[in-house]
Amino acid sequence: MAITSIKNLKEFSTANERFEGAHLLCPGCAHSMIVRELMNCTDDNLVIASNTGCLEVSTAVYPYTSWDTSWIHIGFENAATAASGAEAMYKARKRKGTLKDPDAPVKFVAFGGDGSTYDIGFQWLSGAMERGHDFTYICLDNENYANTGGQRSSATPIGANTTTAQAGRVSYGKKEKKKDMVAIMAAHGAPYVAQLAPNKWKIMAKGFQKALETEGPCFINTVSACTTEWKFDPKDTIHLTDLATDTLMFPIYEIIDGHELNILYRPKNIIPVEEYLAAQGRYKHLFKPENKHVIEQIQKDIDAKWEYLQRREEARV
Amino acid sequence: MSRGVLATEKRGMRELGAEEHVGWDEVTQGTLLPSFEKDVDAAHVRPEERPYSDFNSYTATVASWRVIKPVYNRDICIDCQNCWVWCPDTSIVSRDKQMLGIDYDHCKGCGVCVEVCPTNPKSLLMFGESEETEAALAKWPEKKKKAK
Ligand SMILES: Cc1ncc(C[n+]2csc(CCOP(=O)(O)OP(=O)(O)O)c2C)c(N)n1
Ligand code: SF4
Ligand code: SF4
Ligand code: SF4
Ligand SMILES: [Mg+2]
Repeated sequence: MAITSIKNLKEFSTANERFEGAHLLCPGCAHSMIVRELMNCTDDNLVIASNTGCLEVSTAVYPYTSWDTSWIHIGFENAATAASGAEAMYKARKRKGTLKDPDAPVKFVAFGGDGSTYDIGFQWLSGAMERGHDFTYICLDNENYANTGGQRSSATPIGANTTTAQAGRVSYGKKEKKKDMVAIMAAHGAPYVAQLAPNKWKIMAKGFQKALETEGPCFINTVSACTTEWKFDPKDTIHLTDLATDTLMFPIYEIIDGHELNILYRPKNIIPVEEYLAAQGRYKHLFKPENKHVIEQIQKDIDAKWEYLQRREEARV
Repeated sequence: MSRGVLATEKRGMRELGAEEHVGWDEVTQGTLLPSFEKDVDAAHVRPEERPYSDFNSYTATVASWRVIKPVYNRDICIDCQNCWVWCPDTSIVSRDKQMLGIDYDHCKGCGVCVEVCPTNPKSLLMFGESEETEAALAKWPEKKKKAK
């Protein structure tokens, strides 16, 4: 695979952009930071499919496309299906010798939001992973159905205020904890699974390149801060993502072949989760006295998960 | 034919949706929108050399979204490319490891680039949309002393 040098940002910046401006994602949206980085990581041909969600809707507003690669616009739950179908067709045609340029390197990628990945496209994703297609699935995890106005998904953390799990007099917002999609994907025996974040651009780029290079189905959950639904100032997307990784709300790690776990980023100073929660409107109500117990619960869960990840890493099992 | 890097013939010519095409409800399943007028391997061709088609959003502008805009001060910039890697709108133009400036046809004025700029004072600052670049540069702050 022809990979772009990511030794440092100066070298990385010589990549020829293939994700164009004048898409309609909100100012400061992290979805486009993540997609740009994926596309800048390689100069191979890309065949990309998108599930419906902010990314798909905002980058294909007729008569425009923001994609300089092959890109498939498909239904909410079908990006994994479309990408795996394209990959199967490519392999078949290669075997039959009917490709125009059989030696051109090509990578298959699917993007989905958390709503489509964790909930509505879950079984289609699981099927594609199980069939073992050679593709990379990237979830843009903004922890809600952003494109339809901020409904809760199974990726929404406990305590968040969403339009279908509202905080108010009788409720502190979502009651259930976030689904562990990384573990579920690793349990498929996928050769490469990771959770990455755009503030750590180099770790993310390395992970993307690893996934693209790895044969077989790879899954990456990326933290995608959503200025509109998380309710913070668009200029603070990277600052907020720093808080997400440094409070360990979003630990950065990979799992190889379904079992070998490596922590990819250890914050020098672990920040209390309050600071991350206080920076977003969706958690504002948690700072009322009657909801303090939810913050304590979130911190407890974070500490337990970090302990678990470190033990898994040490155990090398 | 060499085109400029910061302003090309095929850039920012139209507000989104202002064109005459078949209506969105006349498009049939399986329709293709070609990004380019002819086959091009974009990964090996710089934007200013690409044959963009009218369907490519590169040829459109979202400049009217902005109420504030980033202004770039070349004198202080260290070409670290932080602004390049984190701009969500492909609006920091870098060539040969050098930051050249802002693509105001595609910049939405989010301010992320200013926040991630590490120089002191910053090499990018937000100003009102109507501020002239010269006037903005004349107002640039001095280096901030570190609080002891
Ligand atoms: C089968 C189906 N159900 C519902 C919808 C409506 N819909 C479109 S986008 C969207 C939300 C997408 O949420 P997510 O996948 O998290 O992506 P995001 O917009 O947050 O990036 C929904 C519910 C749809 N298009 N198709
Ligand atoms: S709603 Fe959120 S995810 Fe959707 S475009 Fe806006 S910031 Fe991005
Ligand atoms: S203000 Fe936002 S869109 Fe404009 S150049 Fe800076 S980061 Fe990019
Ligand atoms: S972030 Fe600041 S110093 Fe770095 S390249 Fe951009 S303008 Fe220059
Ligand atoms: Mg979402």
